Amino acid sequence: MRQFIHGIAENNHYQATHLLQILRQIQSRYHYIPEAAIEQLSGLLSIPRTQIISVIEFYSFFHLTPRGRYELLISDSITDHMLGKKDLLDYLAKKLAVAVGAVREDGLVSLENTSCTGMCDQGPAGLVNGYALTRLDRSSIDKIVELVNQQKPLDEWPKELFLVNDNIYKSGLLLDRQMEQGAALKSAFKRGVKATLAEVDKSGLRGRGGAGFKTATKWQFCSEEQQSVRYVVCNADEGEPGTFKDRVLLNSYADQVFEGMTVCAAIIGAKQGFLYLRGEYLHLYDKLQSILNQRRQNGLLGTNILDQGLDFDIEICLGAGAYICGEESALIESLEGKAGIPRNRPPYPVTQGYLGKPTVVNNVETFLAAASIAVNGGDWFADIGTEKSKGTKILSISGDCARPGIYEYPFGTTIQTVLNDCGADDVLGVQVGGPSGTFISNQEFDRKLAFEDLATGGSFIIFNSSRNILDMVHNFTHFFAHESCGFCTPCRVGTSLLQKQIDKIVEGHGSAGDVVALEELCQLVKNYSHCGLGQTAANPIITTLERYPDLYQNRLKEISYEPGFDLDGALTTARRMANRDDAGAHLAQTDAFGSRPVASLPPSLAVGE
Amino acid sequence: MSKTITIDGKVIPFEEGQTIMDAAMAAGVYIPHLCHQPEFTPHGSCKLCTVKVNGRNCSACTFPAADGQDVLNHTEELIEDRKKITQMLFVEGNHFCPSCEKTGNCQLQAVAYHLNMLDNHFPLFYPDREVDASHDEVMVDHNRCIFCTLCVRASHEKDGKDVFAISGRGIHKHLIVNAESGLLKDTDVAATDQAAHICPTGAILIKRTGYQVPIGQRIYDHQQIDQVSLATEHPKHGE
Ligand SMILES: Cc1cc2nc3c(=O)[nH]c(=O)nc-3n(C[C@H](O)[C@H](O)[C@H](O)COP(=O)(O)O)c2cc1C
Ligand code: SF4
Ligand code: SF4
Ligand code: FES
Ligand code: FES
Repeated sequence: MRQFIHGIAENNHYQATHLLQILRQIQSRYHYIPEAAIEQLSGLLSIPRTQIISVIEFYSFFHLTPRGRYELLISDSITDHMLGKKDLLDYLAKKLAVAVGAVREDGLVSLENTSCTGMCDQGPAGLVNGYALTRLDRSSIDKIVELVNQQKPLDEWPKELFLVNDNIYKSGLLLDRQMEQGAALKSAFKRGVKATLAEVDKSGLRGRGGAGFKTATKWQFCSEEQQSVRYVVCNADEGEPGTFKDRVLLNSYADQVFEGMTVCAAIIGAKQGFLYLRGEYLHLYDKLQSILNQRRQNGLLGTNILDQGLDFDIEICLGAGAYICGEESALIESLEGKAGIPRNRPPYPVTQGYLGKPTVVNNVETFLAAASIAVNGGDWFADIGTEKSKGTKILSISGDCARPGIYEYPFGTTIQTVLNDCGADDVLGVQVGGPSGTFISNQEFDRKLAFEDLATGGSFIIFNSSRNILDMVHNFTHFFAHESCGFCTPCRVGTSLLQKQIDKIVEGHGSAGDVVALEELCQLVKNYSHCGLGQTAANPIITTLERYPDLYQNRLKEISYEPGFDLDGALTTARRMANRDDAGAHLAQTDAFGSRPVASLPPSLAVGE
Repeated sequence: MSKTITIDGKVIPFEEGQTIMDAAMAAGVYIPHLCHQPEFTPHGSCKLCTVKVNGRNCSACTFPAADGQDVLNHTEELIEDRKKITQMLFVEGNHFCPSCEKTGNCQLQAVAYHLNMLDNHFPLFYPDREVDASHDEVMVDHNRCIFCTLCVRASHEKDGKDVFAISGRGIHKHLIVNAESGLLKDTDVAATDQAAHICPTGAILIKRTGYQVPIGQRIYDHQQIDQVSLATEHPKHGE
């Protein structure tokens, strides 16, 4: 092992910034990070062991204790649930004879849930040793169980299990044609880089990752910083449940994305770029590497690009299972080999980003659009869309519809048009923008896709009238609690409290006072959290409570107070030990007046008074 | 002309490079805080110091002061919400003040008093946490850690060691120490380290010094935390 680890560290030039990449390799070889490896790495990378442990314990895909030689993870996206995930998971657990969350006794296989893997158009989905599994059903699960038990190496597994389709159903401005390799760079150099920035400005392009900041302005700011070293980062973390368009763009339009990054580098004066690829998209890694190599061979990356004196290269860094790493400053921390904890702002990444240097972070689709704009000019893009939202938006459509997949629309398109195109009927509502976005009811389908109305990073999940909205809220709320980085109090504690409250209401233990408390808590988490995760974590509750107050009220009991603590449940062990189950061995949750039982009184603070 | 901000209508000067917290402290205005101590790099995690800057919530300990900012600090809404954030810190851990050695000297408790916190408001989490009494002189009671990272920063920035770190994600966040065994006794911590004395709560204690000051005569038994803070903490000056 010592030699193996030394080798990895050496390949990574003993750089602590590469800690994630190093740990990924160790995890994949040993299925955990052994203590000896931590000790050795601490020396080789000159960082305290605590720093390594904190990284291991932050990312879902790293473990301090052994996982199975086949690590099976099943996606927990709401869309997977709508496709029968729960039954499948139970079936899988039974067939494998391993509990969810556990490692089988022989150490061969482990099974666990994981946050949305970005396969909502072809779920139920999962990962085996990091590689995407799609369209799981009982027969493919039977197959998988057999392969695992036979200890077949992954590369001998049937290819169909790993088949990932693009599912592009509607293309527009951007997806209509494949750009010729080098076309955007040639146009940019011909026009001049400053003039190209002016075209990007004229296009009105705004960031496609969610916040909608104007791209040209970001690039301009970065280029004006008084620093000689700058970086370009492409955000391919795509962790918002229901979003998978970046997966498709990187599978079929990667050249154009890399070209957008290179145009950006030429404009701002960067020599190094990074593609931060979510760990769930490991299946794309080799393909993307070979495209980068091809570009190097064709003089489109490396030194003196197209003989224009531009030096620029791109490195691919894989994530390790953490939604928060999509937040740009957390992403930068992760690129630096640390836990993905959002930074305090200001300073913003454009002034102090990767290693403290000015850094542009943009979404995959933003770079793709920028490359097209470099070729076709700003007006070509700005002619389409609305006044404040120019061009088109690529949607990832999933949930209850006939044709889940990728759809490109001009901004300003109504929700109804989208629903018609993808074959959705009997629709109850749509979650636009993923869990952090907005739930809209079927009374609002004349609303438009646009930053000024319904903004979305691309997630568009459809629910028909057979669905229960509270199940969705429950799933989303658990997602945020699971993904909170834990840095700040309102989000760390607040998302867990929201989860407890929602569980209580969904399980029918809520009381009238609980909805008031819930609303209050939502506002607290929203208004005081450190970053966008916490600030949007209550959205699923806020947007549904606003539209369907009855839904919540109907789950509430007639009493005005029910404690968060299950008094009778707490006595289970005592009853078992005393071998009693008579009425006297049970406690009512509340007395006849619905007042507080003693156990829920707070411990006194009042010592020393 | 020196630059100024206003806090609750009061005009306050500041130097370039100061945060809102620095400027407020220098002017004798208390903004509640737990993860901040002026001699350490600001962290911005507890969110107790949240103020409204031109209508937007910002952490005073990390947000740079800028000319003309209109800051709200002592408003009913902010006080109420800070109280709830403090309650979150209480329910997340196990704080049984009556049996805690730190009582009366504890900043978490003192802030709770100051904000008039009378109950926990939220359901208690009762997390399963441990006590590390392995070291001869210093002990860690994880039940009372609020993840302010002051010990982490003190060890790194002042003691030139890295005894402590915060690990884990979300609600599973926890304090770890720099030893293969995971025990304090195997670290290079010393009772003279700043890190061993900086904890705002009773999570890090020096052994055999307990109850030397009787309950009733402790720091916050007779003074509110705002007075103590303004008298003892001195802001960083701008660069
Ligand atoms: C919790 C959270 C997750 C995010 N995830 C992503 C993501 O997966 N991809 C992305 O491009 N932007 C994501 N963002 C937005 C980024 O912080 C950032 O605004 C974006 O990458 C900027 O690129 P753009 O201007 O091209 O949109 C996320 C933000 C937050 C708060
Ligand atoms: S650390 Fe402070 S708040 Fe916690 S129990 Fe001790 S005195 Fe109470
Ligand atoms: S032990 Fe004390 S100083 Fe260290 S993080 Fe916890 S509460 Fe803060
Ligand atoms: S923990 Fe991320 S917003 Fe607070
Ligand atoms: S004191 Fe500012 S966030 Fe803790």
